[in-house]
Amino acid sequence: MTGTPLLEVEDLRLDLDIGSGRVAAAEGVSFRIDRGETFGLVGESGCGKSITALALIGLLRHPLSIGGGVIRFDGKEIQHLSAAGQRDLRGNRIAMIFQEPMTALNPVSPVGRQIAEMFVLHKGKSWREANRLAVEALANVRVPAPERRVKDYPHQLSGGMRQRVMIAIALACGPDLLIADEPTTALDVTVQAEIIELMRNLCAERGTAILMISHDLGLVANVCRRVAVMYAGRIVEERGSADIFRAPSHPYTQGLVASLPRLGSRAALGRARLQEIAGVVPAITHFPDGCRFNPRCVRATEICRTVAPDVDLLEAGGLVRCHHHA
Amino acid sequence: MLSFLFRRLLQTVPTVLAVVLLVFVLFSVVPGSIVSSMSDDSDPQVEERMKKQLGLDDPVYVRFGKYIAKLSTGDLGTSFRTREPVTTMIAKRAWPTLQLVFAAMAFAVVIGVPLGFIAALKPGGIVDTLAMMVAVSGLSIAKFWLGLVLMYLFALKLGWLPSFGYGDGGLKYLLLPAVTLGVSPMALFARTTRAAVLEIMTADFVRTARSKGMSETRVVKWHVMRNALVIILTTVGLQFGALMGQAVVVEKLFSWPGIGSLLVDSVLQRDIPAVQGSILVVVLAFLAINLLIDVLYGVIDPRIRYA
Repeated sequence: MTGTPLLEVEDLRLDLDIGSGRVAAAEGVSFRIDRGETFGLVGESGCGKSITALALIGLLRHPLSIGGGVIRFDGKEIQHLSAAGQRDLRGNRIAMIFQEPMTALNPVSPVGRQIAEMFVLHKGKSWREANRLAVEALANVRVPAPERRVKDYPHQLSGGMRQRVMIAIALACGPDLLIADEPTTALDVTVQAEIIELMRNLCAERGTAILMISHDLGLVANVCRRVAVMYAGRIVEERGSADIFRAPSHPYTQGLVASLPRLGSRAALGRARLQEIAGVVPAITHFPDGCRFNPRCVRATEICRTVAPDVDLLEAGGLVRCHHHA
Repeated sequence: MLSFLFRRLLQTVPTVLAVVLLVFVLFSVVPGSIVSSMSDDSDPQVEERMKKQLGLDDPVYVRFGKYIAKLSTGDLGTSFRTREPVTTMIAKRAWPTLQLVFAAMAFAVVIGVPLGFIAALKPGGIVDTLAMMVAVSGLSIAKFWLGLVLMYLFALKLGWLPSFGYGDGGLKYLLLPAVTLGVSPMALFARTTRAAVLEIMTADFVRTARSKGMSETRVVKWHVMRNALVIILTTVGLQFGALMGQAVVVEKLFSWPGIGSLLVDSVLQRDIPAVQGSILVVVLAFLAINLLIDVLYGVIDPRIRYA
């Protein structure tokens, strides 16, 4: 890629105020996303992936706050923009889709109006013009009879339709980056594939980069070119998505890959139990010293319990944060 | 919508009947009557004649039957005290009471709801603390005491407003009683609004609105207000009923010629037709307002639709 990357995150730390002090809910988070690229952030719930996304779009609220590091969007540091400057980016150049299409839309406002707001806010359109554009936006996300659907309220639409509306809102202003936080987790499996396909196609047409956040490694690897795996507030491995399945490097990633059920594996390997990663994710206030994965890691040695591993560059391309990586 | 209205109207019939029966039975079992309340040196013969005249010597069920029969034609009976038809008495007094209750309600909504909104925008801030102090005081103050203090201050000391009475029905007469009556619902609306707005501000769709790049003012105007309105409306509806009851105290205090003071006087003198008529009218007004609120729900919240 040439020129500045679309998004650069360097050594980001997110603090959680727990009353008696602050703890780092995420730290040392660094990654970059190029224009039009698809990038995935994977991890268990509580690993810090969603709050990272909220930090990028400037929506962290107390008790969470940015404790350090840099977020550069299109070469400009977001934290140093004025509130109005941040709002100009939000929705307009960085858009976000949330997990719950059920509650993410205002129940007492017609969906057309909720789309039209985007054109009024960022494109200076009149409501009349914005409403017309909203019909087009609904048509773009393949909602049938959009000129009638714009008048519907969220409760009159199915979950899949609502998520289409969310996508229409997010892509209304042709953003450079779409952050999708578990966009299909709340949907039926059959609808999931449709929504992912739609999102991917629309972004590819518009050259919109995607930052996809999910606990589902398979889904993310399917959508994204590169994947970062987060564990307990740190990125532990970042690879091309084909590599991460073929040769995962970090023990945690290996565990994740091994725990995925594979079609046809029973014929090849016989009836075997799915593998799991022993132990549980540590609480945010009690992250272990050294490598945070050490209590659950089969390869842990003395150094893992005392020294936090640095980022290692892999020969095959990618990064890993482990003393004993493969 | 029309069929919904019709059904709701039908549903009020049993409520009205129950109230009528209750009031009737209550006044048949309490000791004393209009006759005993009129003179101290009772001549048994005179008493008998009066009772016969007023129809009080019939058994309760006969009296109730007669009452219901008259009621169905819209006749509320004749006052024992003034010999006037109760409908006329109430008609004269309905307007002042409506004026008072609606003025109090307007005061409560216009002050209370914005106060709650402002308080919720910066919870824990100075405005919030002050607003909630006002709200707690407003809820705890006894109406008759507040009325007396207002009277003393604005009528006696400052001389800005008349101390009591209806006068020509002008605004200056209405002001003190309306504020006295409106303070506690105002406080309640401030608290309810604050709580509603605070809760809505944490909703997912508010986060969506922020992610669109909206200013906080726009978020509140475009997304929070209408949602809060649903909750506020419920409280307003319930408070109408409470205000009609509390109006009795305020009307008596300010010698306001409304249904409330008619009710108090009639109870004291066992003027049963007037009591029954007044209560019936208050109940009907309460039911009508609640019906109106239900219809408004449907207008504000699309999830509520009446078929």
